[in-house]
Amino acid sequence: MVAQDIALELPPGVRYALIGPNGAGKTTLMNLMTGMLAPDSGQIFLGGEEITALRPHLRVKKGLARTFQINTLFPQLSALEAVTLAVLERDGHAHNWWRGLPRFGAAIDEAQAILDSLKIPAARETRELAYGQQRLLEIALALATRPRVLLLDEPAAGVPKDESAALFDAIANLSRELTILFIEHDMDVVFRFASRIIVMVGGRILVEGPPDEIARDERVREVYLGKTDA
Amino acid sequence: MESANRHFSEKVRWRWLEVAFWLCTLLPFVVTPSYLSLASQIAITALFALSLDLILGYAGIVSLGHAAFFGVGAYSAGLLAKHYWGEPLAGLVVAAVAAGIAGYAMSHIVVRFRHLALIMLTLGLGLLLHEAANSASGLTGGADGLQGVRVGTLFGFKFDMFGRTAYAYSLVVLFLCFLVARRIIHSPFGLALRGIRENATRMPAIGAPSRAHLRKAYTIAAVIAGIAGALLTHTTSTVSLEVLSFQRSADVLVILILGGAGRLYGGIIGAVIYMVARDQFSGINPQFWYFWIGLLLVLVVMFLPNGILGGLARFFPRKT
Repeated sequence: MVAQDIALELPPGVRYALIGPNGAGKTTLMNLMTGMLAPDSGQIFLGGEEITALRPHLRVKKGLARTFQINTLFPQLSALEAVTLAVLERDGHAHNWWRGLPRFGAAIDEAQAILDSLKIPAARETRELAYGQQRLLEIALALATRPRVLLLDEPAAGVPKDESAALFDAIANLSRELTILFIEHDMDVVFRFASRIIVMVGGRILVEGPPDEIARDERVREVYLGKTDA
Repeated sequence: MESANRHFSEKVRWRWLEVAFWLCTLLPFVVTPSYLSLASQIAITALFALSLDLILGYAGIVSLGHAAFFGVGAYSAGLLAKHYWGEPLAGLVVAAVAAGIAGYAMSHIVVRFRHLALIMLTLGLGLLLHEAANSASGLTGGADGLQGVRVGTLFGFKFDMFGRTAYAYSLVVLFLCFLVARRIIHSPFGLALRGIRENATRMPAIGAPSRAHLRKAYTIAAVIAGIAGALLTHTTSTVSLEVLSFQRSADVLVILILGGAGRLYGGIIGAVIYMVARDQFSGINPQFWYFWIGLLLVLVVMFLPNGILGGLARFFPRKT
């Protein structure tokens, strides 16, 4: 899969939807942004600072977090352990091999608060959580890194349509200072929650703009939305 | 938020079963005084398995060359005692440092690989060291082993032929290292290791420097393995080439899998079962005893995927 000729700017606080047909390069773009793939050419900046050569975990430290389309969680850690780990990594405590975990009360409380805000049962092992709760835990782990930019790769993938609205409500309620970019296929959800929409086709950005503009765009109708009418 | 904290403190708290277990380790002094040499061998093997548990059970790094660090520790202690200084505690420190340096050096290679490549790599590094020790016979004694190791007294106690001092010494060192390991696994670093084991892909996505964590874990495990090797030297007054053998690396893996990886006590329980079985079966037929270990291993892996301790744990659930 390829992505090329991408020029994209994500100002703070905007909710972006990244849409496009399968194979358009949406996840590839996300992997390039987070450093899980290295670009052959081009540059990536975060808040004015170039991060193109930065390893993935260091980009997270700079405030760029992501979630995964397929659950990428810690099956045998409890939800509270997993989110506490993310908080401890963020604060630079995870290298501490001498103090007991119970003495990191602030980190534990913060993790608990994140889980409460997303209504995830904290004490359960991740593998025992309902699928929808696991999707929320994906977001909780990313939030625990305290990101400035949050990339959500199909946050509601596999979630029944009636539940996905609740999931996106939770996303909509996140801090307004956070820039969010989400990949999503359900157009109802896209037009309800996005303040701007990016359309990718064949590895390139076709058009970017506010939802009403995208809805009127002839090219988008043709290559993408046109299909839903058929 | 009190309950959130309890989620962690429950796991850190000592349980009565643990206290009872450690009290039981004193029984050999009274119940089986003629088996104290075996008991000290068990304690040393248990310590070696504990060190492997830190990287295999917690961080998920499979190793088929863990004897490398045991051997480095054994030879360091042996050479020190033979040429310079017979007092054992200094030997422990020197062995720990030497094994730690070896572990830290190797960790830079090891953490870059996973799965089959990792297994082959650790196997290869182990074989390398074994052959290096074999050919450096001027230093190590080669296949004849290091002779003339004179171990001094420990706080005025001589290493007697009944193994009283040997077992007391091995047991105390095992217990102290266990306390350290227990502390590590209940620390933020220990949680990070479990995170790597559970999902190595996710770790960088929560900002975790996985390789740095793994290098540290590998080094700590090497230090503990080196201490175990030094104990063997001190309690037997000799170092054979076997301390670096592939067989030893394979045995400790079998012991940990039998007992149950990732639960600290697994390696200890595994060592007790393995060493007692070897002692009993090899008395009946020395050539044949591996048959029984093989059978036990197959049965445990098939029916108790979390090892014997994992099977037992079902009867003693934690309240969290």
